[in-house]
Amino acid sequence: MIEAYVEGVGLCGPGLQGWESSRTVLAGIRPYLSMPVVVPPSALLPANERRRMVSTVKLTMAVGSEAIFHAGRDAAVTPTVFTSSSGDGDTIHQILEALATPEREVSPTRFHNSVHNAPAGYWSIATRSREPTTALCGYDASFAAGLLDAAAQAKDEGRPVALIAYDLPYPEPLHTVRPVVSSFATALVLNPQATDHSLARLIIALRRTGNEPTPMPDPALEKLRRGNPAARSLPLLAALARHAPETVAVDYRDGKHLMVDVSPIGSQSRGGQAA
Amino acid sequence: MQPLVLSSFSVVSSLGDGLDATLDALRTGKSGLAPCRFETVKLPTYVGEVRGLDDPANIQAAPCRNSRVARRALEQDGFARNVAVAREKYGSDRIGVFVGTSTSGILETELAYRQRNSANGRLPAAFDYAQSHNTFSVAGFVSEYLALDGPAVALSSACATTAKVFGTAARMIASGMCDAAIVGGADSLCLTTLYGFQSLNLLSTAPCRPFDRERDGISIGEGAGFALLEKPAEREVDDAVMLLGVGESNDAYHMSSPHPEGVGARLAMERALASAALAPKDIDYINLHGTATKPGDAAEDIAVTGLFGVETPCSSTKGQTGHTLGAAGIIEAIISGLSIRHGLMPGSPNTQNLDASLRGRYVVDSRPARIDRVMSNSFGFGGSNCSLILGRAA
Repeated sequence: MIEAYVEGVGLCGPGLQGWESSRTVLAGIRPYLSMPVVVPPSALLPANERRRMVSTVKLTMAVGSEAIFHAGRDAAVTPTVFTSSSGDGDTIHQILEALATPEREVSPTRFHNSVHNAPAGYWSIATRSREPTTALCGYDASFAAGLLDAAAQAKDEGRPVALIAYDLPYPEPLHTVRPVVSSFATALVLNPQATDHSLARLIIALRRTGNEPTPMPDPALEKLRRGNPAARSLPLLAALARHAPETVAVDYRDGKHLMVDVSPIGSQSRGGQAA
Repeated sequence: MQPLVLSSFSVVSSLGDGLDATLDALRTGKSGLAPCRFETVKLPTYVGEVRGLDDPANIQAAPCRNSRVARRALEQDGFARNVAVAREKYGSDRIGVFVGTSTSGILETELAYRQRNSANGRLPAAFDYAQSHNTFSVAGFVSEYLALDGPAVALSSACATTAKVFGTAARMIASGMCDAAIVGGADSLCLTTLYGFQSLNLLSTAPCRPFDRERDGISIGEGAGFALLEKPAEREVDDAVMLLGVGESNDAYHMSSPHPEGVGARLAMERALASAALAPKDIDYINLHGTATKPGDAAEDIAVTGLFGVETPCSSTKGQTGHTLGAAGIIEAIISGLSIRHGLMPGSPNTQNLDASLRGRYVVDSRPARIDRVMSNSFGFGGSNCSLILGRAA
């Protein structure tokens, strides 16, 4: 079991425009309406840089900076764990297309953007952070694997760690063999200790339960949860939004789940019950 | 950190299959690099290819070339047998799998893109995304092959990734999520890296020459390695190799060029020393990242000499193995383990004329030497840096 305190949350998905404005939807107070994903500009990237950036970087910068700001932390001194099943499908697809031509001319920028840790690299440059960055993949368990890793790292180092989980749809022909519905990203700042910024305490354990993972009550959100590996975080985000004690089973693999006990901390005004 | 013991390890590269072949090559200075004849690649470069992967007998061994390389390593040196013993001891759900790769099974996707349906653009039906292209595929393969079902994840931080797996595993063991761990990983030849590094003008036309004044780029290799990490027994055997420290950092400088003064590299080395509670003088040999690019070797030399001075012997073994990219961390950790166990200071046989502007005490010819503690450096795209310290049980 690992204990971690959530200090800040970032969120960007279809109809989920940031954590603050999505809390009542996730808590089931307001209805969910799926809408095209609009990635808000991150304060971390100057406008001219932003235009050049690939979509994975824009998306992760948006949720990462939202969570860091929410937690009142300094990104320059916060280690990060990035997790994604698919990485940057657009860039990989363009390289694969180029390699299927007789010329095989690969763009050098695309090549260095194709590494799975590209968003972590751009994050470190933008935040001037020399702290460790980890880039993980756990296929459909990518979110749970990232949560476990970030919580273990926070505990081991005795300081906050930012987890950033993201997955975007592939272009065809990869989309057919690995359909990912919509873009989705979330970020959690995890602290091993409780602070004034704590929203909730998490107790995380890996268990084989024989049960299904916790679903989302709303059918459209459940479709999103099943259709995007990063959106397997939704039941945990919903528990944080409800601000009530509960246990969530997050998908891991081979019938195992991360069992996450969520205990809210602080006033209701930070939770989804806010009027 | 609490030291961990590498109670079993195995390796495969262009130097051969297993620890004995690797040790023999390190002693004799044999190189695994040969002119590139891989697939349909027409580039004037040398590669370090693992032999026999495409033999009919091997092609069915795993769903993609990358997992075939991984499997070859799992089959060496009694590794799978030793893991089976550990599985009995701890239980299959108490051994974690933390393995890395940079390009996974992307070769299979490259080939599938050549065979797209001309009418609808689809990939051939036989293409198996999950077990080849997806970055997790090697972690899934290793878990299945070793019949483990504890925590399992793939790390992919470019060329630092299979050094970073040691840090991840140590944290997961320290936090009680598992009792032991499989670390390591695999990377395999593919067109993406060959043509990609060519596009960056980083491929040497000769076998790569780390720290040579004529060095002009990397030679790409492939390979895999694995280690079983456990908490040490009260008294470890004399030749036990321990993980003593891990240091990680990011350059925060550029996606594909190292910081010119090696600031991030030095930070990783300092953090590794701090994590092991050791001083620079305690390190007997440094296995460098040393890919043989002009700026990369120069930056690492500044970082190393700035921290260690000019007396600590160091060398890069990439002139022999090639740069195995995502597998370099584990292969060089295992080379470091062999150095300690067999009293060998590895050399750098392709290096002919040492670059006089580099100040580190670079070892060209391998030689016998008592080595108690080694630092092994791995740096990658995205500014990712990781230094490991391996040593004898105290």
